[in-house]
Amino acid sequence: MDSSSVEKIDVTAVNKKENRSLYVKREKIHPKKATGSFRRLKWIIMGITLAIYYITPWIRWDRGVGAPDQAVLVDIEHNRFYFFFIELWPQEVYYITGILIVAALSLFLVTALFGRAWCGYSCPQTVWTDLFIFVERAIEGDRNARLKLDRAPMSFDKFQKRFLKHTIWVAIGVVTGGAWVFYFADAPTLFRDLLTFEAGSVAYITVAILTATTYVFGGLMREQVCTYMCPWPRIQGAMIDEESLSVTYHALRGEPRGPHKKGDSWEGRGHCIDCNQCVAVCPMGIDIRDGSQLECITCALCIDACDGVMEKIGLPKGLISYDTYAGQNTAEPIKKQQVRFIRPRTLIYGFLLLLVGSIMLVTLLNRSELDVNVIRDRNPLYVTLSDGTLRNGYTVKILNKTHDLRRFEISVEGIEITSRWLQTEGHNEQDLIVVVPGDAVSSVKLFVAANAEQLAGKSSRDIAIVVKDLANGNAERTETTFKGPR
Amino acid sequence: MSKVEKDELSGVDTTGHDWDGIKELDNPMPRWWLWTFYATIIWSIGYWVVYPAWPLVSDYTKGVFGYSSRAELHEELASVEEGRASITTELVNADLADVKNNPQLYQFALSGGRSNYAVNCSQCHGSGAQGAPGFPNLNDDDWLWGGSVDAIYQTIKYGIRSDHDETRTGEMPAFLRDEILEKDQVSDVAEYVLSLSQEGRDPEAVTRGAEVYANECASCHGENARGNPEFGAPNLTDAIWFYGGDKQTIVNTIANGRANVMPAWDDRLDESVIRQISLYVHSLGGGK
Repeated sequence: MDSSSVEKIDVTAVNKKENRSLYVKREKIHPKKATGSFRRLKWIIMGITLAIYYITPWIRWDRGVGAPDQAVLVDIEHNRFYFFFIELWPQEVYYITGILIVAALSLFLVTALFGRAWCGYSCPQTVWTDLFIFVERAIEGDRNARLKLDRAPMSFDKFQKRFLKHTIWVAIGVVTGGAWVFYFADAPTLFRDLLTFEAGSVAYITVAILTATTYVFGGLMREQVCTYMCPWPRIQGAMIDEESLSVTYHALRGEPRGPHKKGDSWEGRGHCIDCNQCVAVCPMGIDIRDGSQLECITCALCIDACDGVMEKIGLPKGLISYDTYAGQNTAEPIKKQQVRFIRPRTLIYGFLLLLVGSIMLVTLLNRSELDVNVIRDRNPLYVTLSDGTLRNGYTVKILNKTHDLRRFEISVEGIEITSRWLQTEGHNEQDLIVVVPGDAVSSVKLFVAANAEQLAGKSSRDIAIVVKDLANGNAERTETTFKGPR
Repeated sequence: MSKVEKDELSGVDTTGHDWDGIKELDNPMPRWWLWTFYATIIWSIGYWVVYPAWPLVSDYTKGVFGYSSRAELHEELASVEEGRASITTELVNADLADVKNNPQLYQFALSGGRSNYAVNCSQCHGSGAQGAPGFPNLNDDDWLWGGSVDAIYQTIKYGIRSDHDETRTGEMPAFLRDEILEKDQVSDVAEYVLSLSQEGRDPEAVTRGAEVYANECASCHGENARGNPEFGAPNLTDAIWFYGGDKQTIVNTIANGRANVMPAWDDRLDESVIRQISLYVHSLGGGK
């Protein structure tokens, strides 16, 4: 192989030390197409993540009559969150907190193990930018063609290409924003309404905003979002240690770099032929040979580019490879078994993840279908009746989380009562039976009267209100108090 | 002190001020900032023209839009009233005792009643309707003038001893002050009244008091002392005392009489609001 067949690309990293300034204008990056195993992996992950995002709202899940059949649905109108077999009420929003904690801990663990794998492969910004660059490349050609088109004066051809590109970008934005709103309403119905202009203005506004953000972030701003807007590159420094994997240029092996002619000896020089392929493919526009840096999202496209070159010039692959900080000073890429995946940091993250995950799972599995809130009347605290007994009032709220109509029986424990009755819609009822429709809350007023002697000279007595589901005998006991004069 | 000099690097003059060696460049305002500033000035002129802006001696400039926040509030209130018109009419035309059979109407009445009660009634009867001596507790099951919705409605609408022609009225005479009874007799009657709900009163006084009661009190409070809502005469046998249940207070009541006033709300609140409050009070737990 002739190493001169590897073209040297005229490109400099956008963040070259000597050019750094707070006021420097953005240099447009034209990433060259990379080929190789990491590029393939990225296509696959892009396909999977986009599919999850676009298809999820269309998955159906049978919950019986009267409940939505959408697998994942944030029903703002009815205050419900559906996720396959899980159905959450607004007061159970702590599950969402739990999910966020699990997500954060997973991110910590992955970062500690593999560095910025999230940034490089599955972050929406990365995925959509990749998609936008794919469109751009399909229309305008690869790096060189795009550079040429950029420099060319406006012509019909240039206008036509640009117009097509931006149209498709906006279309992707519309589809992205469109998919988002499907998570908040019945997808097929909303889809039809959106097309026939019958959907609510909120839906259109949301689609419009997300179209704009997708188009601007993925098409126009790209790497600036990661470098300037995203807090994660700053935070992740706390999760990475010298054992974490990151994309690394092996300077010991590569330096001193320089052009290499076929047949020349490799003695006394490094393996880097300074072809700049690694810089040209970088979507962040940086030079990995400058070392680990804030801008690097570890997408590994430079590994693909460099491996291709090494293959061409007959040298072993891995001049740029995934390696740990500890392995950076070795000339050879670290072998997989040498990476210490199990170490205190990863064990702690893993343990916390397991802990929070199991707490969530246990509470979720033991989640009651019946929830009772008892609110004691506080103004007045008690009422003296004409026969001298004391009356206390309680508002009993019964949440029936099943989808069937249920009958509940209320009873009072811990006090000998002279009379008790329910007031529902202005009617007093001696039967303490409350009928609650499926997936609904009923609120009733419970009045309890007892002789003053029951308080035994005190101003308050602990009692309990028990609500029993007559369908299955499940009971919920709520502690409260019965009060009288001081 | 102030010495303007040219900054070498940028070629811009300094302001001439010097703070411990720190100098400030006298750069002009950014162009976009200036233009925005001018634009706001022009905008403000338009504002003077269309909105109320300048105070005059006894008036102010109204502006061509004729806008005022007060008018806007009235408009909003009017539109709220308009939205409620049909249900308000329904409530006004309904039979009060029947309203609870119409859940939607009843709910409307209770919500309206709750807030109207807080605004108009809570000053005397308390925010929880718990009352105070001389102001009845509206939560209990003891009613001076009757505890049906219609009775409550009539009390609110026409008041008690109010200046309305149809007011409820009844009089507890001042038996001692007006020299109807002697001091001892007043004390005896008080003992008798207390003996109706308590044990251990002085038996001789009770016997004497019973005689006086039969002559002077039974006509209003009844032979059995259970009161009479016709005159607002309270039940004297139960555990609830309007002004207080100790002997001193009862003696005071008999000696000097009582004539508290509940205003008539007929000309202060509209029919729908009076009905709302009636239903709300009735729902507090003691309604009959």
